Amino acid sequence: MEQKKKKHSQLREIWRRLKKNRLAVFGLCVLILLVFLAVFADVIAPYGYDEQNYAETLQFPSWKHWMGTDNFGRDILSRVIYGTRISLQIGFISLTGGALVGCILGAVAGFFGGAVDTVIMRFTDILMSIPRTVLAIAIATTLGPGLTNAMIAVAISSVPNFARVVRASTLTVKDQEFVEAARSIGASNARIIFRYIFPNVMAPIIVQATLGVGTAIILAASLSFLGLGIQPPTPEWGAMLSAARTYMRDYWYMVTFPGLAIMLTVLALNLFGDGLRDALDPKLKK
Amino acid sequence: MEKLIEVRDLKKYFKTPHGMLHAVDGVSFSIEKGHTLGVVGESGCGKSTLGRLIIRLLDATDGTILFNGEDITRIKQVKKLRRQMQIIFQDPYASLNPRMSVRETIAEPLTIHGVCRSHKEVEDRVAQLMETVGLAERFADSYPHELDGGRRQRIGIARALALEPEFIVCDEPVSALDVSIQAQILNLMQDLQEQKGYTYMFITHDLSVVKHISNDIMVMYLGMVVEKSETDELFENTLHPYTKALLAAIPEPEIRRDRKRTLLTGEITSPVDPAPGCRFAARCPYAKEQCWKETPALEEMLPKHFVACHFAREINGIMKETENEEKPAI
Repeated sequence: MEQKKKKHSQLREIWRRLKKNRLAVFGLCVLILLVFLAVFADVIAPYGYDEQNYAETLQFPSWKHWMGTDNFGRDILSRVIYGTRISLQIGFISLTGGALVGCILGAVAGFFGGAVDTVIMRFTDILMSIPRTVLAIAIATTLGPGLTNAMIAVAISSVPNFARVVRASTLTVKDQEFVEAARSIGASNARIIFRYIFPNVMAPIIVQATLGVGTAIILAASLSFLGLGIQPPTPEWGAMLSAARTYMRDYWYMVTFPGLAIMLTVLALNLFGDGLRDALDPKLKK
Repeated sequence: MEKLIEVRDLKKYFKTPHGMLHAVDGVSFSIEKGHTLGVVGESGCGKSTLGRLIIRLLDATDGTILFNGEDITRIKQVKKLRRQMQIIFQDPYASLNPRMSVRETIAEPLTIHGVCRSHKEVEDRVAQLMETVGLAERFADSYPHELDGGRRQRIGIARALALEPEFIVCDEPVSALDVSIQAQILNLMQDLQEQKGYTYMFITHDLSVVKHISNDIMVMYLGMVVEKSETDELFENTLHPYTKALLAAIPEPEIRRDRKRTLLTGEITSPVDPAPGCRFAARCPYAKEQCWKETPALEEMLPKHFVACHFAREINGIMKETENEEKPAI
């Protein structure tokens, strides 16, 4: 019981600092709203995402269709709402995968140093020297289009960032006396990494992850836009933009709303991520 | 008495961009079971390195370490040694994982070595250890940052005691604490030694701390032993000029105009690739030509009192015992 209380008090302190940051709170609210939309899309969306109505194609936004309809007469609002589901799913799942691999590589490189460090870091350097979008496109092309492959491509391209952040933090933590103390009581290297290093480098990882989800969503949308990611009729925002781009001159609302959805999501994630960084490490803020 | 620790000609060199740093350079000593050896010296003299070498947190460049008669210098199963030798660290703010509660920190060695059979047994042992070191049970779920220095150091001690080691290296365990708390911790450590018969190697830069709890004292300067004897003997008959200066630096609670103080001037010689000769020569008020050329060996100048100085006899007016000079230094 008491242990819970103590852990809470640390969290409460972080929450108190986060609350002071209005932009971060705004970001958090938008995120909660998006998650809510994604979860309850079936209830909230006025139409099905693939419900075609050829009597009402390419309609201007109205009370009936708040964001208008597309060339198949599908309600754009509904598709944007269902799209939240896909985009958040891609963002979170691919990032979690990339973060796991990146964190372990980074921690191993930083902890052991020497040749292991050189091999891992030069490998990430190679990955980083390729622009992320190009890298993701290359991987997605190799694996073939589809949701899973798009997520794998996004995950791989986010590995180097995590590896670098975690390696840098590991270097500062591993020379602290409590790591030596862990060694003096006979802790194995794996135990030191997981019980002593990771808990102490959590803050930068969380921040990197929050900011990374935004990038991952954009990257996934780009892949879909290029036809390498999610295939129609699945309502992914990038795929919607791609399908709508031929109609852009005459029916602006077809590209505007999915585009706005991407922008708002990424903005919310970035604002929240920035706020979280300041809240987790009060020393960073002057 | 039985020797628990015996160290022979131990060396540790570190590679640096400027050359080899001689952190510990040919140190020999032994500690008897249940005794305390005080290791004194200023910052950077290699005393902490020495402590870490003995419990195998660092690997020695050369020399031998015997523990209970067994050579452990290059032993591979270090984990087994951990149950017999432990260390208490200097800085209780840095030596505890900030993300672990007091209970978790103390339970850690028990879990790693699988000492306890059940979760309940671990809990009981932690509670017992906390009581031993004088930590109230209500702190069990606190995190280090919520506690003061003295309490944190008690956690560090409890962690070191958890595996019931025979030998404990105390690396300046009180120098980061307030004077009033220093006394509490020192008393605790002495009580524990009386009850459980621990053997300590007590590393400090403060002679006044070590005076009360050590049986023997070893004074180090730049990786070498300059003087070594029983505690009372060392304080009564200080022979080496460096030890004299250290003693003079202890503040006294009274003002005496006639107090003679040897104040050291000059910088410490670099421990990187040191030239032959006495390493203290640059700061020694008695240094002569010979001191710059030959490294003085540790000699028994008075019974059980070893000094490494070419002119210690001259300075202190000791008559050379006939042909006693070549006696080995242990």
